[in-house]
Amino acid sequence: MSKIKPSQGAPYARIMGVGGYRPTRVVPNEVILETIDSSDEWIRSRSGIATRHWASEQETVAAMSVEASGKAIADAGITPEQIGAVIVSTVSHFKQTPAIATEIAHKVGAGKPAAFDISAGCAGFGYGLTLAKGMIVEGSAEYVLVIGVERLSDLTDLSDRATAFLFGDGAGAVIVGPSKVPAIGPTVWGSEGDKSETIKQTVAWDTFHADRPEKFPAITQEGQAVFRWAVFEMAKVAQQALDAAGISPEDLDVFIPHQANMRIIDSMVKTLKLPEHVTVARDVETTGNTSAASIPLAMERLLATGQAKSGDTALVIGFGAGLVYAATVVTLP
Amino acid sequence: MAATQKEILDGLAEIVNEIAGIPVEDVELEKSFTDDLDVDSLSMVEVVVAAEERFDVKIPDEDVKNLKTVGDATEYILKHQG
Repeated sequence: MSKIKPSQGAPYARIMGVGGYRPTRVVPNEVILETIDSSDEWIRSRSGIATRHWASEQETVAAMSVEASGKAIADAGITPEQIGAVIVSTVSHFKQTPAIATEIAHKVGAGKPAAFDISAGCAGFGYGLTLAKGMIVEGSAEYVLVIGVERLSDLTDLSDRATAFLFGDGAGAVIVGPSKVPAIGPTVWGSEGDKSETIKQTVAWDTFHADRPEKFPAITQEGQAVFRWAVFEMAKVAQQALDAAGISPEDLDVFIPHQANMRIIDSMVKTLKLPEHVTVARDVETTGNTSAASIPLAMERLLATGQAKSGDTALVIGFGAGLVYAATVVTLP
Repeated sequence: MAATQKEILDGLAEIVNEIAGIPVEDVELEKSFTDDLDVDSLSMVEVVVAAEERFDVKIPDEDVKNLKTVGDATEYILKHQG
């Protein structure tokens, strides 16, 4: 039997840089109230959301990703040519093939890296980060660009008073690279397919096939069921991620949960009994729920505003349609 | 030992007080969670989960929407408690 030479990876991986892009147009609740019977007070009390960003025609999934990636690459201090793989998590890029990752890789000047899209809803960033870590440690890429990007305004039913106010658009990106010390903990992740109807696209694309007039697809959810799962089941997963990384709540500096809804964030913090000193990301107030983009966007804002600093220990957890989830502890770039 | 109706009502009053800040004496059997006690749909989930733990009972999502009054919840717990 011939001997196959094994690949050589780095001992560990770390997030080296982060970048975000929020569309120019800021949409206050007043605009949402033009199409649903509700109130600013109701929206704020149920979600904590005051404004969100909606993309223009020019702010495509690729364009937003390229902007966020450029910032992440600069923040990491590498050149685009050093990127060995590009992973894009999105549910709102409307071409199934080719993957949008290849176009983004080309436009950021990354040359010919491996490039592919993943579908893991609001847990997409954690899924991408976990893949990137594996690739770096295994040796198939030295630097990986992980992007979470959404134009959820395209998948929002503006007449649905339960969801019309929830979603926003944006892109968040990180560069993951080699590290001499552990800087991304074990991922606690999984799926619960028995709850696949809890958050879903209203109609499948192929319903447009047979000339059947269908309302354009939108994302819908069972609010109470999602809330219960997100707060109480995901708090357990978050705790498991802390335990797996050997980090106690006292050691933790920052908590960056998926920015789904302020009420979920508040209840998770309470359920997890996080100490007062832990900085909690609350980007949802002005960014809305941007699915896979929400964690890197929140991470970038915490660092940019000085609420968190490089070297801080952060617990990140994403959860959403699938249902799927991924949680891990990282050192902030 | 199974809780009595009075114990369940008192327990629910404490839970609603803690979660929604409603005075315990306002939590009465005929009161509607949403209309009278200002417990919204998300706080209701927190009330339900706290009640599950306290009274060793499972209240599935599909049953939560039927618990309109404090009396509904008390009856449900009385019937299903472990």
